Amino acid sequence: MKKIIHYITIGSFLFLMNAGCNKSVKGRTDNLAPLNPQNIDLNAGTWKTVLLTRPDTFAVTAPAATNSTAYVAELNEIKGYQKNLTGDQEARIRYWAAGGVLRWNELMRELVAKYNLPPYQNADGTYPIPSAANPFAYPLFPFANPPYAARAYAYISAAQYDALVACWYYKKLYNRPAPYKTDNTIISKASQTDLPSYPSEAAVLAGVTAEMMKLLFPTEIAFIQAKATEQETATIMAGAATRSDIVAGEALGRQVAQVFIARARTDNAGKAVGTPADWSNLETTATAKGETPWYSLEVPKRPPMLPLFGKVTPFLFDTATVSALRPPPPPSTSSAQMKQETEEIHELITNPARENIRIVQFWADGVGTYTPAGHWDAIAAADFITKNFSEVRWARDMALLNMSLMDAAIVCWNTKFFYFNPRPTQMNPVIKTLTGIPNFPAYISGHSTFSGAAATILGYIVTERAAAYTAMAQEASFSRMAGGIHYRSDCAIGLQVGANIGNYAVTRARNDGADK
Amino acid sequence: MCRACPYVHARIAVNMPQQVSCGIILITINKTTPMERCFIRKRLFVLALLLITGNLLLAQTDQDAIMMSKHNFCTGLMYGHSNWDHYWEGTYKRDNLNLGTVSTNSYAVMGNYGITDHLNFLFGVPYIQTKASAGTLHGQKGIQDLSVWLKWLAAEKTFGKHDLSLYLLGGFSTPLSNYTADFLPMSIGLHSTTFSGRLMLDYQHGGFFATGSATYIYRNDITIDRTAYYTTTQVQSNKVDMPDMAAFSLRTGYRSHPLIAEAVVTNMQTLGGFDIRKNDMPFPSNKMNATTIGINGKYEIAKIDGLSLTGGANYVMAGRNVGQATSYNLGVFYIIAFHPKKEHSNQKPSHDTSK
Repeated sequence: MKKIIHYITIGSFLFLMNAGCNKSVKGRTDNLAPLNPQNIDLNAGTWKTVLLTRPDTFAVTAPAATNSTAYVAELNEIKGYQKNLTGDQEARIRYWAAGGVLRWNELMRELVAKYNLPPYQNADGTYPIPSAANPFAYPLFPFANPPYAARAYAYISAAQYDALVACWYYKKLYNRPAPYKTDNTIISKASQTDLPSYPSEAAVLAGVTAEMMKLLFPTEIAFIQAKATEQETATIMAGAATRSDIVAGEALGRQVAQVFIARARTDNAGKAVGTPADWSNLETTATAKGETPWYSLEVPKRPPMLPLFGKVTPFLFDTATVSALRPPPPPSTSSAQMKQETEEIHELITNPARENIRIVQFWADGVGTYTPAGHWDAIAAADFITKNFSEVRWARDMALLNMSLMDAAIVCWNTKFFYFNPRPTQMNPVIKTLTGIPNFPAYISGHSTFSGAAATILGYIVTERAAAYTAMAQEASFSRMAGGIHYRSDCAIGLQVGANIGNYAVTRARNDGADK
Repeated sequence: MCRACPYVHARIAVNMPQQVSCGIILITINKTTPMERCFIRKRLFVLALLLITGNLLLAQTDQDAIMMSKHNFCTGLMYGHSNWDHYWEGTYKRDNLNLGTVSTNSYAVMGNYGITDHLNFLFGVPYIQTKASAGTLHGQKGIQDLSVWLKWLAAEKTFGKHDLSLYLLGGFSTPLSNYTADFLPMSIGLHSTTFSGRLMLDYQHGGFFATGSATYIYRNDITIDRTAYYTTTQVQSNKVDMPDMAAFSLRTGYRSHPLIAEAVVTNMQTLGGFDIRKNDMPFPSNKMNATTIGINGKYEIAKIDGLSLTGGANYVMAGRNVGQATSYNLGVFYIIAFHPKKEHSNQKPSHDTSK
């Protein structure tokens, strides 16, 4: 009898154990269907570019005729691949067929997360600064913090967009059909469309992105180059492009990138770290105004994050407009309002509700993450996937979003270091935080500015989601109060300033020719 | 009349996570004089140290191992404290002036019920609080995970004065509250539902004993509040694949009348997972490993039948992605007999009944 009890009990236990097992983590874009554009946007060659003065600034020579010997040889290359595709090759084809702009944006987000680590201090309590000239030495270059990341996403997206506008210009001009249209024995492993294949949009993306990455993530050039080659090979294997479509596309992409790289080298980002004299000057200026200046709450004290990023040249407006967009000062550090706002945060952070902790964590986007700009890219990508945009429209919409986010970073940083005001914990050390405390002044909230800008331009692009984006932006903004790191003024005004910036992108979007 | 309460032992580990130590202490008291046998009874105590990884501390508990005799229920409270001011970031040992000393207090309710003399059911539920002495990170608190174990004395054999016993244990733990696991090192736990299997071998000779155990811990995915995170690659999901763990313990000691004392070495290994990168935050699926040494003791209060006090101290000697914790615990346990007619003192030690 005892034995029976043993067996039954142990047996049921084992059964319950098996029934409850759960290991199945999958990325939400691991198994997407091939991108099948609702509209191929054949006239995108006429859309307004960001930096290129003309879509044909860089010449692309006319392709060989589809009845030429050279072209037939290229078709044979595709047929050779398609005869013996391995499972791994098929998987890579499916991966890239979901959309090049999407995949490169995901790869960018991954790199930002990988490089978003603040340098560890030196033995003497100072901090090393990553060096673009020596990127492999610790600390690795770059430290992809929120402003750096916002700028990186913007340059990549804007360059991809201009390169694809040029690509579409030549597609329409030369009108060479895709291989699966010229030879019915070639199977299309992606979607079939009427979009001409010369030059290949996939290769344009591979070329422009690989070239931009040399500047932005110099230690990842080898990784990026492998991905670029993978994308191009997958596109050939998919029957979507021939070798000459690819070669022409990659060359075009790399040329367009040079225009953006030249701008990036002179946009002041390289000087954004500032000097010890700049850092102490910020403090002196705030003190002279009778305000309590911000100081670093890290131990050892860390110099502020990119204090001169507010001088970077924006994409959507000129430098003078940055000052015009800067809001009026925050409540004085000695005012009753500041005291009351500090107390509000103190109360919020005392015995925080689980829902508030969820909101803080959901939007934290701190160390080791793709930053707020990457988070908004992820939100946008999830919605763009459902819209079946063409690659060029994907690029345009991502460029609008990321230029907004970069310009939001510029105006926000400009404001932060203009006023240099303290975090709630500096005003009242009892205030503990539910996420890492950012190492730069409070006013205005970066999350709020980013989110206000992103929600505004996304609400224009995906109109039916406008209210949802606004709600998300408000939650992102509130998360910084709930986390104990921002006052209400920082958040409310940050959202407004962000929306003002987003409206510049909306104006651009209305006039770039894509929505006619 | 005498009874010993096996106890479930909560251990608090800290990892920079927290560490979990998984060990089990089994003190078997077999080859004793009749009087001793009466006093200590049966197999008495197994202490399992569960380290939890995480920063949490853990509270996990559990285990204990003594076999309670049929229809006896031992229950008690345990307080644990642990703290660390150094941790391993991967294999690099460092301090962090933005954390100072990370400390954890836990208060656990535990129990062990004798379904039969050879099969026991154990449980533990801790309430945990964490705190950092420096920096701005907000402490966390809450009820952590329910742990339950089934412990089966599967076989035992006596060779003269030497006694060998084999135990098989199955464990299950699951979060009882919706605490966040993704705020290490302040989180109170890792929020994974786990299933454990343990093989434990005990040797006893007179008052001397030695116990070895090996445990495999299967850990379910967890869900975090973020929708994407970076491990060694970017994962676009709010689900986190938690690598399984293995734990080993070796303990030895001596028991005399009111007092039982043992020394223990435990080792826990995460079977997979990744290292915290330089100056990065810890993450629930880090490769949390730890080797811990400790001592434990139990004292039975002679004047009150069934009442005992327990205490222990542990120290992490070596680790990876965990805090170098020093931890202490104190407990008080009491045995309730639901079988008044069958006095403990009249029962034969369980190892005898199985022969």
